[in-house]
Amino acid sequence: MYTIVDKVQLTEGIFKIVINAPLIARNWKPGQFVMVMVNESGERIPLTIVDGDATSGTISLIFQVVGKTTTLLSLKNVGEKIFSVTGPLGRPSEISKFGNVAVVGGGVGVAEILPQAKALKDLGNHVIGIVGARSSNKLILVKELESICDKVYVCTDDGSFGYKGFVSELLSKILREGQIIDYVYAVGPVAMMKAVSEVTRAYKIRTVVSANPIMVDGTGMCGACRVLVGGEIKFACVDGPDFDAHQLDFQTLESRLKAYRKYEMKALEDFRRCRCNG
Amino acid sequence: MVEVFARETPQLLPLEERIRTFKEVNLGFTEEQVKREASRCLQCTKAYCMAGCPANVKIPNFINAIRRGDYKRAIEIICETNSLPAVTGRVCQVEMQCEKACVLNRKGMPISIGLLERFVADLALKRGWKRFECKAFNGKRVAVVGSGPAGLTVAGDLIKLGYEVTVFEALHKPGGVLVYGIPDFRLPKDIVEKEIKTLEDSGVKIYTNFCIGKSLTLKEIFDEGYDAIFLGIGAGAPVVLDVPGVNLDGIYTANEFLVRNVLMKAHLFPKYDTPIDVGKRVVVIGGGNTAVDSARVAVRLGVEEVKIAYRRGEEDMPARKEEVLRAKEEGVKIIPLVNPVRFVGDENNHVVKVEFVKNQLTYMDQSGRPMPVPIEGSNFLVDGDLIILAIGQKANRVFTQTVPELKLDKDGYILVDYEAKTSLENVWAGGDIIRGSATVIQAIGDGKRAAVSIDKNLIGKQI
Repeated sequence: MYTIVDKVQLTEGIFKIVINAPLIARNWKPGQFVMVMVNESGERIPLTIVDGDATSGTISLIFQVVGKTTTLLSLKNVGEKIFSVTGPLGRPSEISKFGNVAVVGGGVGVAEILPQAKALKDLGNHVIGIVGARSSNKLILVKELESICDKVYVCTDDGSFGYKGFVSELLSKILREGQIIDYVYAVGPVAMMKAVSEVTRAYKIRTVVSANPIMVDGTGMCGACRVLVGGEIKFACVDGPDFDAHQLDFQTLESRLKAYRKYEMKALEDFRRCRCNG
Repeated sequence: MVEVFARETPQLLPLEERIRTFKEVNLGFTEEQVKREASRCLQCTKAYCMAGCPANVKIPNFINAIRRGDYKRAIEIICETNSLPAVTGRVCQVEMQCEKACVLNRKGMPISIGLLERFVADLALKRGWKRFECKAFNGKRVAVVGSGPAGLTVAGDLIKLGYEVTVFEALHKPGGVLVYGIPDFRLPKDIVEKEIKTLEDSGVKIYTNFCIGKSLTLKEIFDEGYDAIFLGIGAGAPVVLDVPGVNLDGIYTANEFLVRNVLMKAHLFPKYDTPIDVGKRVVVIGGGNTAVDSARVAVRLGVEEVKIAYRRGEEDMPARKEEVLRAKEEGVKIIPLVNPVRFVGDENNHVVKVEFVKNQLTYMDQSGRPMPVPIEGSNFLVDGDLIILAIGQKANRVFTQTVPELKLDKDGYILVDYEAKTSLENVWAGGDIIRGSATVIQAIGDGKRAAVSIDKNLIGKQI
């Protein structure tokens, strides 16, 4: 179990791996995640399930290399095993007939809006995609999203492809131009989700984001992933990870995400030094 | 003339070594001590000690075997009813159970039943003695969900009776609270691993990385051909204090703090990848075993000071007295009669101080203890850059939210009858998910009750 059966590098620092995990493949739904431990001395990290196929018994994960754990994961090759993969965890995303839907993805978050886009489209919603990255060479999965959505808008921070600016600005522009949007689902860096949330708040558009706090067990036991939603403490692993963007306290989410930055840097530096010397 | 011995005291790891390592503190008895302690047993015909044991261990019988020097027989007697003797011999609250009931306790010198059990259990593990025989497969399959003390007890009791038993565990390692919660200095993890290995060797199958309700639903487990399901999934969800500043960096629930250190070995970072934000001044809030365990883990992380802040008086702390004593020996200070009202952060959003209000004790509350009531205007600040909240648990809904038809109490715990049966047919439950925060031995007691009932319902009905 948990053997990597396929691996693709989507762009610099972003990988897609397909893992053999029959039970997860059978029961997963969009919005859910798995807890992954690369090896026995590793940490447990949550990764969103991007796709799953019950027939082949596999799930797909797309991740960006940011620290030691994701580096280790990116170094695993086809045929190698991952120590522990548990899921599907978290509540599935709400998939309903909303009408006009915008799925908004920033950076590696584009991967995580794919299953929502597909499920929402299958249910008869009109779905537009709004995706962005720092630069054109960092854009991922635009073609895949285009094959699902009615229309896809693309932006880059440096203007090297599509609209020059952030996804929140592009969303704002689309709304200003009179496009009707009834529901927004956004995944990306906290600052991006917060900016999107501010844009849609003015238009009173129901907006849901996938919170990405640090987790340890991922099954409601430790409370590491606590977030403030409407002033109440919620556990992202059990009550989420999807939350109403207009109720979620992004500042707490952001600051708690940074809590281990110095340790994360140390782990990565030590690891790189070891590899260079070894 | 019969030589009369006083109650034996166990060897302890020297203090200076204790506070630097996670090695076990209580080293148990030597064989000489075991012999002397066992010789003190009065072998009462009416054994009150047994009535005080939720695992129904035949205490006078195993002590008698020890007196004969037949340790192999002693472990067989223990294992007739208890599948985790090396665990219970260490973490059972014996002073509230068997040793409290011991006739010699009237003189304050009960037999050290726990440490006798531990001695023979450790010896059996070391020598690889077979502890019990299993009956031939009876054709019935039981799924046990959760591999903590309740689940492992059901597994052990039913495998002996000839059932096929499969244990499903959500984490990557089996043992539940025994591996994620109780620190090594009270319960070494190699002991837990060996106890579990013993069960596996007798045929119990264990699947890790399996979250019930998520990986497979209850119905899907039955569809896989299981005749009964036991839910020993733990209470799980920590209570997070609802006061300003509780989400600052450096504030942990005890569950998170212990999971990071005990299960994920954060104290060995960066050899192990899970970090812990150590700090210098530790304040643990709470007064139970979890609070004391957390404080003692913090001591071993090499911090400058560790304080336990408790809302009642020190004598009312629910933690084991012995562990409170050990904590104090290790330098832990206790601040009694206080409630935290606010956490103060620095410019980096990291906690630096806790504001407390003093309590005074008033009339007796439901628990029979004087009720602490805040004294207005008595607020004061305590330095703290690592705060651990050990104020209890509530029901984790990760599973129960997937089975709306399962009857729960108002707090979200699973409702069971006196046989540990839930409202669903062929589904039993025990341990913290029916009780809230309880003890290892209570979970074992639940497991035993459930195993008897499962056996009666699956096999008894055919006869």
